[in-house]
Amino acid sequence: MLSKYGFIGILAVVAFGFPVLGLVVAWLLSPKKPNPIKQSTYECGVETIGDTWVQFRAQYYLFALVFVVFDIETVFLYPWAVAYGQLGLFALVEAALFVLILFAGLVYAWRKGALEWQ
Amino acid sequence: MLLPILFIFFSIAVLGFALLVVTTRNMFHAALFLVGALFGVAALYILLEAEFLAVVQILIYVGAIATLIVFAIMLSRNMMRRDIRAANDQWVEGAVAAVLLFALLVLVLSRASWPTVTAAAPPDAIPGIGKALVSDYVIPFEVASVLLLVGMVGAIIIARERE
Amino acid sequence: MHFVSDLFRNIGLWFHGWLSGLLPGWAVTLIEYVLGVLILLTGALVTVLLLIWVERKIISRLQDRIGPNRVGPWGLLQTVADALKLLTKEDIIPEGAEKVSFNLAPILVVFPTIMVLGVIPFSRGIIGADLNIGVLYIVALGSIGVMATLMAGWSSNNKYALLGGFRVVAQLLSYEVPMVLAMLSAVLLAGTMSMQGLVEAQGGGFLNIPYWRIFVIPLGFLIYFIAALAELERTPFDLLEAESEIVAGFFIEYSGMKFAWFFLASYINTILLGAIAATLFLGGWQGPFVEHVPVLGVFYFAGKTLLMTILIFWIRGTFPRLRIDQLMGLAWKILVPLALIVLLLVAIVIKLPVPPLARQAVLFVSNIILLLGALGYIGRHLRLTAERQKLGGRL
Repeated sequence: MLSKYGFIGILAVVAFGFPVLGLVVAWLLSPKKPNPIKQSTYECGVETIGDTWVQFRAQYYLFALVFVVFDIETVFLYPWAVAYGQLGLFALVEAALFVLILFAGLVYAWRKGALEWQ
Repeated sequence: MLLPILFIFFSIAVLGFALLVVTTRNMFHAALFLVGALFGVAALYILLEAEFLAVVQILIYVGAIATLIVFAIMLSRNMMRRDIRAANDQWVEGAVAAVLLFALLVLVLSRASWPTVTAAAPPDAIPGIGKALVSDYVIPFEVASVLLLVGMVGAIIIARERE
Repeated sequence: MHFVSDLFRNIGLWFHGWLSGLLPGWAVTLIEYVLGVLILLTGALVTVLLLIWVERKIISRLQDRIGPNRVGPWGLLQTVADALKLLTKEDIIPEGAEKVSFNLAPILVVFPTIMVLGVIPFSRGIIGADLNIGVLYIVALGSIGVMATLMAGWSSNNKYALLGGFRVVAQLLSYEVPMVLAMLSAVLLAGTMSMQGLVEAQGGGFLNIPYWRIFVIPLGFLIYFIAALAELERTPFDLLEAESEIVAGFFIEYSGMKFAWFFLASYINTILLGAIAATLFLGGWQGPFVEHVPVLGVFYFAGKTLLMTILIFWIRGTFPRLRIDQLMGLAWKILVPLALIVLLLVAIVIKLPVPPLARQAVLFVSNIILLLGALGYIGRHLRLTAERQKLGGRL
C-alpha cells in the first residue's frame, strides 16, 4: 500500500515544484519597475479609506459551522457506504437514524433562518 | 531505511509548525502554521498505513476546522490587528502547567504496556472501519451525530441572539 | 493485434521489462513513477492549452463571433502566445501585502489540481495510484484550495480581495456538502471508494452501458454536476469573480504568472470535473467491447470527459448568473435535502430482495419522479415569490 503513496509523494513534489518553477522563470524574465502608483491597492482609482481588515458579519461563521457539522457526518458515512453490502438490515436502520438526525439539524437551521443570506 | 527518514522529517515539520503556532504574533499566520502541522500529522498517518485517518485528518481538520478558525479570527476585530502580544501576564504559570503536563504524559506513556501487532495492516481497512462503526461502536457513532447537532443548535442560538 | 488492442498498457509493460533488464528494482520503480507524474503533468497542460482555445471558439460561436483566428492555424497558438505574454509580465505586489502568503497562494491553488490527476482512472490498469480512499482523497485536496483562497484574499491588503475571498469560501463550503453527499450515493452503489473499483462496478449488461450511474441515479448525477460547477466558480455560479460586472474577486491584485496560475488551476479543475463526473456517473472507461479491446477505454473516458467539459462551456454561453441569496438557498434548501433523500433511497433499494435490473429500474423511476417533484415545487415557489413582490410593489 505504501508504494502507491510513493507515487503520490513524488506527485506532491512535482505538484509543488512546478508552480514554483513557473514563478522563478517569470521572475527571471519579467521587468521590475515598481512605482508607488502601480503598487497602490486597486480600488477603481479611489484612495483606500481605513483598514482593510474590517470586521465581518457573524453570518459567515454560521454557514461555516453548519458546513462543519455536515462535513464530519458525511465523512463518517463513507466507511459505512463501503461496508454496506456486507452488512445486514440493521446497518440501514442505524444509518437512517444518523441521516435523520442530520436532517433534523438542517430543518432546525432552516426554520431559525440560519440559511438565509441577507 | 527510507521510512525512518520520512518519519523524522514529518515529525520535525509537525513540531516546528506547532512551535510557530504558539510563538507567532499574527493570528492569521498562526492559523496557517496550524494547517501545516495538521498536514504533517496526516503524512504520519499515511506512514502508519492508516490512509482513512489521514484523509479524514485533512478533510475535517484542514478543510473544516481550520477554515472555521480563520473565520472566527476574521470575526474578532481586535485579533486582526497585525501585531498582538503572543503572551500575557500569566505566561509563567502557563509554562509551569505545560511542563508538568508534559512530564505526566511522558511518565504515563513510558509506563504503558503497548500492544504490539505483528500482522501487516490489511490492504483495505475501510470495510472493517465501516462494520465497526455500525456494530461495536454504534453508540458513539450515533452519539457523535447528536453531539454535532447540539453544537450547531448552540451556535445558531448564540448568533441569532446578537441580532 | 494483441499488442494494439491494449496499446498503452503494453507500451508500459514493454518499457517496464526493458528497464528491469538494466537497473535494480527500486530504480525502475522510481523512474516509472517520475515518468508517470511527468506524463500526467504534460498531458494536463497540453489539454488545458487546447481547451482554452476550444472554449473561446465555442463561446464566440455562441455569441456570433469568430474568436481567435490569427496566431497559428485557426488561432490554435493563441493560448500559447497568451501564456508566454503572462510569463514575461511584470509581477506587481501591492503595497502592504503580506508577501509570503501572497506568493504562496497561487502555488497552493495549482498544487491540489495536479495532485488529483494522480487518482484519475484513464483505463483498466492505467491510473497513477488506485487508492482505497480515492473519492475522499479528491474531496480532501479540495480543502487546500479553500485555504489558498483565504490566503490570497487576506494577504492582498485589498477590501475587494478579502470580501471576495470570504464569499468564495462560503460558496465553496456550501456546495461541498451536496457534492460529497452525491458522491456518497455513487460509493454506496459500488461498495468501494477506489476510483477503479467505481468504474468496474458500472460495467456489465448490454454493451457495458445500463449500469452507468447516470442511468441508475440521474438525480444524484445532476446534484453532483450542479454542486461541482459551483465549486468551480463557473457560470452560473461565478458572481464572485464575474469579469463583466465586478472586479475579479479574491485574486484582483494578482498579475503576470501568479494570475496565470489561478487561471491554470481553474482550467485543470474544469477538466477534473469532467473526468470525475465521467468516472463516478458516466461509467468511466466502460463502454461497448471494452473487455475485448481494452484500448477503447482510454477513448471512451476521454470522450466522456470532453463531452462534460464542452457542456460546461455551453452553460457559460447560455445561462445568466445567480444572485447570492439564490446561490446559498439552492445549496442548502434544495440540493442538500435532495441529496440526503437520494442517499436514503439508494440505501433502501439496495436491500430490496429483487434482481439487480429491477432495483435499477426502481431507482431510476423514483429519481425521475423526485426530480420532477422538486422542479414543480421550485417553480411554484418562484411564481409565488414573484407574485408577492408584485403585490408588495403596488402597496
